[in-house]
Amino acid sequence: MSIESCNCIEPQWQADELLMRYQYISDFFIALAYFSIPLELIYFVKKSAVFPYRWVLVQFGAFIVLCGATHLINLWTFTMHSRTVAVVMTTSKVLTAVVSCATALMLVHIIPDLLSVKTRELFLKNKAAELDREMGLIRTQEETGRHVRMLTHEIRSTLDRHTILKTTLVELGRTLALEECALWMPTRTGLELQLSYTLRQQNPVGYTVPIHLPVINQVFSSNRAVKISPNCPVARLRPHAGKFMPGEVVAVRVPLLHLSNFQIYDWPAVSSRNYALMVLMLPSDSARQWHVHELELVEVVADQVAVALSHAAILEESMRARDQLMEQNVALDLARREAETAIRARNDFLAVMNHEMRTPMHAIIALSSLLQETELTPEQRLMVETILKSSNLLATLINDVLDLSRLEDGSLQLDSTTFNLHSVFREVLNLIKPVASVKKLLLTLHLGPDLPVYAIGDEKRLMQTILNVVGNAVKFSKEGGISITAFVAKAESLKDMRFPDFIPVPSDNHFYLRVQVKDSGAGINPQDIPTLFTKFAQTQTLATRNSSGNGLGLAICKRFVNLMEGHIWIESEGIGKGCTASFIVKLGIPDRSNESKPSFAPKVLGNHGPSNFAGLKVLVMDDNGVSRTVTKGLLVHLGCDVTTVGTSEECLRVLSHEHKVVFMDVSSGIESYDLAVRIHEMFTKRQDRPLIVALTGNTNKVTKEKCMRVGMDGLILKPVSVDKMRGVLSELLEHRVVFETI
Amino acid sequence: MNVAHLQRQWRGYTKYLFMEGYLDDQFLLVQQLQDEEKPDFVVELASLFFHDSQRILDGLTNALNQESIDFKKVDSYVHQFRGSSSSIGAQRVKNACIVFRNFCEEKDANSCHKCLQQVKQEYCLFKSKLETLFSLEHQIVGAGGSIPVMSS
Repeated sequence: MSIESCNCIEPQWQADELLMRYQYISDFFIALAYFSIPLELIYFVKKSAVFPYRWVLVQFGAFIVLCGATHLINLWTFTMHSRTVAVVMTTSKVLTAVVSCATALMLVHIIPDLLSVKTRELFLKNKAAELDREMGLIRTQEETGRHVRMLTHEIRSTLDRHTILKTTLVELGRTLALEECALWMPTRTGLELQLSYTLRQQNPVGYTVPIHLPVINQVFSSNRAVKISPNCPVARLRPHAGKFMPGEVVAVRVPLLHLSNFQIYDWPAVSSRNYALMVLMLPSDSARQWHVHELELVEVVADQVAVALSHAAILEESMRARDQLMEQNVALDLARREAETAIRARNDFLAVMNHEMRTPMHAIIALSSLLQETELTPEQRLMVETILKSSNLLATLINDVLDLSRLEDGSLQLDSTTFNLHSVFREVLNLIKPVASVKKLLLTLHLGPDLPVYAIGDEKRLMQTILNVVGNAVKFSKEGGISITAFVAKAESLKDMRFPDFIPVPSDNHFYLRVQVKDSGAGINPQDIPTLFTKFAQTQTLATRNSSGNGLGLAICKRFVNLMEGHIWIESEGIGKGCTASFIVKLGIPDRSNESKPSFAPKVLGNHGPSNFAGLKVLVMDDNGVSRTVTKGLLVHLGCDVTTVGTSEECLRVLSHEHKVVFMDVSSGIESYDLAVRIHEMFTKRQDRPLIVALTGNTNKVTKEKCMRVGMDGLILKPVSVDKMRGVLSELLEHRVVFETI
Repeated sequence: MNVAHLQRQWRGYTKYLFMEGYLDDQFLLVQQLQDEEKPDFVVELASLFFHDSQRILDGLTNALNQESIDFKKVDSYVHQFRGSSSSIGAQRVKNACIVFRNFCEEKDANSCHKCLQQVKQEYCLFKSKLETLFSLEHQIVGAGGSIPVMSS
């Protein structure tokens, strides 16, 4: 403003000069400040990388600069100033006004934004803090998990009970930094818990607490770790420190699984379980508390321990079983070897005794019988007869013993021949008659009308059985009579008898022979009957005490009868009422077709085939005069018309179609074989040709083969008995072939 | 002498002959062939045997006295002798022949000579024993009895 146009007062007082001076200085400083602020701003913004509102800054800078400029220019207005200065002053003020308004308007938009940035910053800070917390938690859990794994690994790396439990306590103590850790195991009786393992105290005294304390029940009833009071008996493990606060105590149950808990398709039953108690104590005065994750750790460990213990128990069990089996195996092996040795020894003994015992027996019997046939005085004869009888008895006994052993082995096999059944009975009767007559017992034999004359079976052993049974009857009877009945058992009556082991099977070519021997003797107590058939058992009844019972007889009979698919039994009504011994055996029915003769057996039963060879024309060729004469005599004796020749030429000359058989002795040499061939050539028609039979003294298969090869019809071995020749001739006439078995 | 005594004697003698091995079962057979139609069968057979044996023994002696012995011939003689003796039941003679044949196969001249001696001896024994038996039988028949039948 110029001084001429302004209406301002320009006082010329000193005070105005002072005021003006102050205003002057203030304006100066304001301008300075206004100029320096943007500089500062620019400096710091350049320094900082991020500042979103550059335009705002520029605006603000411009505003400030202009304000500063205005105040600066104001300095010149205090004194006389030219019009230019006034114009500049006005321009700058106008500009300043514009910019400041613009800035003010801009700030309206910007300040809320700036404020919200702040809010967001706060929010993020909170979030970060929260995450930090969670991270800490996870880390802790991870830590816990690692501890558990490590613990489990430690626990499961051993199968020894002690080690498992000890390791558990040690590791738990370490992981959780416990003051004390203890394990209480149930005693055998199950009524108390005994302190078994502790962490710090080396030798736990066998300190026990009863199992039915409420606190223990509480722990056992849940599978979680339960906080318990440090004053309860299970937790009072250390001598109380006195003035200090004991640390918190937690207890958890440890299931003890036994082998019996594992049923096959079933996990261990929840009932009937044994538990051990694990007690863990935090250090006293630590003000530590049990955290959830720590409790979880404890629970997991307790379960692992249970499993590890059960594994150890199972392993122990199986090892024990295996050891037991091995022992048993060894024992069995030994027993088997001993048994084999015994059997071998017995067989050797039998084999030896078989021969050794029988030979002298036979010698005695043979010589005694020979002695019988010489001239003896009556006393001598009696003596010899007694010797014979006794030795026969002894021989029978020896045979019985040897037979019985074979019977028991199962190695005895019955013979099977056709024999005369009736004559068996008659012979038994003949054998027993002398003894019976001495005792004045009446012997009667009754054979059923339908009893076949011939039967197939083991004649010798059947006779032995009958003899034994009848013999017993005679032995144990002092008076009265013995009646023997034999008949065919009918199917219906067989079914009626209900014997547990005897199942008769009727068939077409077998019949069941039933024999009953009734005696009027001493009888047997029904209670003793079962033992009769066991060998060497003797009943101690009055009657039998005096007699020398044959311990083996009935036992052998029973075995023979069993082998014959039958049954033997004794009935008695009591002492003094006599007894009836009966047996049933299976015998075969012979018929013609059963007898097949593939080869000619020299010992033929008599009355067989045509024995009338009257007029049968035969030719005998033998170069040995004596032999020729004998053969001729033999054939003549049988009624043949015999021509004899000494050489092959003679034979061929004499031979005609009238001759039915040519007997040639082949011991002389090859001549006979040639002769046979020539005879074949002579007679082309088969019916005309005489049968050619070789006679030889040598039992050689080669000879037989040669004979067959040259077409001979038969071969018989010298010496030839009358019966044999008879058989040969009938065989020849019937079958036109007769080859004796060599 | 009475028949029973003679018969007893005969029986005993026969038994003795069997026990000592002079006779075997073949002789029994031969005896069986004697019946009413041929009452002298045994005696006839025996004389035939003696005749034959003499011939064989002479032949054998001859053959073995040669400078170079024809063992085949010797063997065939022995074979014949064996056949005859076994047909009549002269057991010891037969056995001696078997031994003789073995040495013939080995062509052992010395042993053959020894065997011949053995065979001759056995034959002589057999002949004399049989003749004794026949004289007994003759006596029995002469006294009116019958010759007992021996069972084996």
